[in-house]
Amino acid sequence: MLSEHMQLPLLIGLRLPYQLRWNYVLDHKDWFIDGLILALWISVIALLIGCVIGLICAFARSSGNRVLATAVTIYVELIRNIPLLLIVFIFYFGLPQAFERGSQGREFVLTLLPTPERTFTVALAIYAGAYLTEIFGSGILSVNRRYLDAGRSLGMSRFQLARYITAPIMFRTVLPSLSNTFISLFKDTGVAFFIGSRDLSFAANKVNTDFFRPIEGWAAAGLLYFTTAWVIALTLRFAESRIRWNV
Amino acid sequence: MDVVWENRALLWIGLKYTFKLFAVVVVLGTVLGTLFGIGLLYGNKVIRAVLRAYVDVLRGIPLIVTIFLVFYGPVAYGVDLSPFQSIVMALSVFSAAHMAEIVRGGISSIPAGQMDAAKSLGLTFRQRILGVIMPQAAPIMMGPWTNLAVDIFKSTSLAILVSQADFLFSVQKRATAKGHYMEFYIAAIIVYFTCCFVISRAGAWATRRMRVGIAS
Amino acid sequence: MADTKVAGTHHQLGSTMVQIQNVHKYYGSLHVLRGVDLDVRSGEVVCVIGPSGSGKTTLLRCINFLETYQEGRILVDGDLVGYRDRNGKLVPARESEIARVRAETAMVFQQFNLFPHMTALRNVTFGPTKVRGVSKAIAEKRGLELLDRVGLSDKAKSYPNQLSGGQQQRVAIARALAMEPKVMLFDEVTSALDPELVGEVLAVMRDLAERERVTMIVVTHEMQFAREVADRVVFMDDGVIVEEGPAANLISNPQSDRLRSFLSRFADSGHLTRSQGADQLSAKS
Repeated sequence: MLSEHMQLPLLIGLRLPYQLRWNYVLDHKDWFIDGLILALWISVIALLIGCVIGLICAFARSSGNRVLATAVTIYVELIRNIPLLLIVFIFYFGLPQAFERGSQGREFVLTLLPTPERTFTVALAIYAGAYLTEIFGSGILSVNRRYLDAGRSLGMSRFQLARYITAPIMFRTVLPSLSNTFISLFKDTGVAFFIGSRDLSFAANKVNTDFFRPIEGWAAAGLLYFTTAWVIALTLRFAESRIRWNV
Repeated sequence: MDVVWENRALLWIGLKYTFKLFAVVVVLGTVLGTLFGIGLLYGNKVIRAVLRAYVDVLRGIPLIVTIFLVFYGPVAYGVDLSPFQSIVMALSVFSAAHMAEIVRGGISSIPAGQMDAAKSLGLTFRQRILGVIMPQAAPIMMGPWTNLAVDIFKSTSLAILVSQADFLFSVQKRATAKGHYMEFYIAAIIVYFTCCFVISRAGAWATRRMRVGIAS
Repeated sequence: MADTKVAGTHHQLGSTMVQIQNVHKYYGSLHVLRGVDLDVRSGEVVCVIGPSGSGKTTLLRCINFLETYQEGRILVDGDLVGYRDRNGKLVPARESEIARVRAETAMVFQQFNLFPHMTALRNVTFGPTKVRGVSKAIAEKRGLELLDRVGLSDKAKSYPNQLSGGQQQRVAIARALAMEPKVMLFDEVTSALDPELVGEVLAVMRDLAERERVTMIVVTHEMQFAREVADRVVFMDDGVIVEEGPAANLISNPQSDRLRSFLSRFADSGHLTRSQGADQLSAKS
């Protein structure tokens, strides 16, 4: 049995070379595949929620209302200057504990965020929201004034302008940034395993803790992350080129 | 919040570790990244291919994967790195890849005529890069570089995943020990925010200083 | 500047300074230079004219090895440019050798290419101090003399973005001169200038040609300049030299059809005359 495990240098005093045994990964490829799918899921949902947050905040900031703009700026600057892991901890450890044990507050938090996966998704969404606010913000600015003037002269309300003119036009401009953000989020899911989320990194870590095969595990995860990100990038580039709105 | 204050000594130890890690990685990453960036632009086919692959892979996988591979990889093949050395190497290698892209982008934005003029004066490659290209590229690269520095500082928090005692680790440890999470997290927010903010401001100031020579 | 001279007969030309022998260059599959032969003597002023795409700029850039060439030889004062001759084959030369030959051939560019992060004076002294190892003090002294000669001594401490196009180009000429090159290469140096600024630059070039007897190879569209200042004019088309000869003859009496049709595109009106150029220089703007 001993030969099956990594020869720990300390045992014998000789540095015996580590033999790569991929069977530990391949035997449990379902851990990796399921983990990958979960990671993708988390990224998608976090992106969607983040987009909602980002759109609302971006429009709020450009609305001219000082209070709103400042609030948004505080949110954005705060999130962008602290590590993602800290945000995750705040949602996972901090929030439930902020309320007394058994209180209504804590119950509420625990129903909203029952699992590590769900909690991480929310944390990631808040994180993404800050960056997306910036992206949408510059997207809004990039919309040429003449289109807004045309809309205004038709008597459109602020909301209608945003919904029917600004949003569709800036969509084309922000697409590349959105793609890049999505891929970044996908890579950021990598830290979720620390709070117990059973994603791709969790699989790699499990191969390490159960079978002492860190290199095979993490290399496999790395390969999956890389190829998936690459495929997503290609697909999104292709999709971008198919959308032909030249403004 | 008193509980945080009581534990400040332990938190400070963690913060010192974070500062140390940050400083070493920023220096290593910047120096290596600059070399790699120049290699990407001016190297021969082999160098360019290797560097391109290196940059794309390191930017295409999550940092956490790099950290674990560097943590366990060398040891298994006989290279004994201390945990600090491992995480420094992992973060540096990651940062250098990003820095290489920044340098590549910055230098590419300099008009080709500048290189032509420098060549036609008979300057050697080193003289061209140091005297003509870099002084012009540096202000352009400062913005992205400052962002990279901030990202590096935030990424030091991943040390917790390999059980290294950085600031976040000590925050989490003390919070768990005392059972008061939010207080410690608020302190953590303040510390991280302040540090990143200072880095950004320093970068902006340095950028302004650099531009003095060029645009009068 | 009182005497009127007929170009080409007023000074003795020295030994051969630049030799271009059967040079071929390809951009991928595009055959850009198709066997170019040209000798330029010391002190000679050769103007290269031709339509765009004829390869004249490429040829010029080959002389100081800003472009490679695949066949043939280019020699500057006996030194092979860019390569070493190993048994008849061209082998890429070492970086230091290339730099050395480049120092002897100074180029002035269409886009000026002044270093924006240096003052005019520093632009001029940068080459001599870094390449020729001249001390800063001496380089600055010579630099100020050169700037004075191109009429810009009061702009020594100015940055390029504070100068007009014509001023920048004159600084560029001073920068090239500071290297005390054996050959000066001019690549359509007035094409990017507003018309009213062209004259001051041409005047400086004329001064170099007539007073200093600098060996100059000038790619240009300024036919008047070519006619009045050049010793020889070379007409290139489609990667080869089609016709060459004394300036006066070639331009007023073209032999080949291609040159004839090329020249017919240039009306004589609006181009700078000699005396206007001289006035601008002596006024020292």
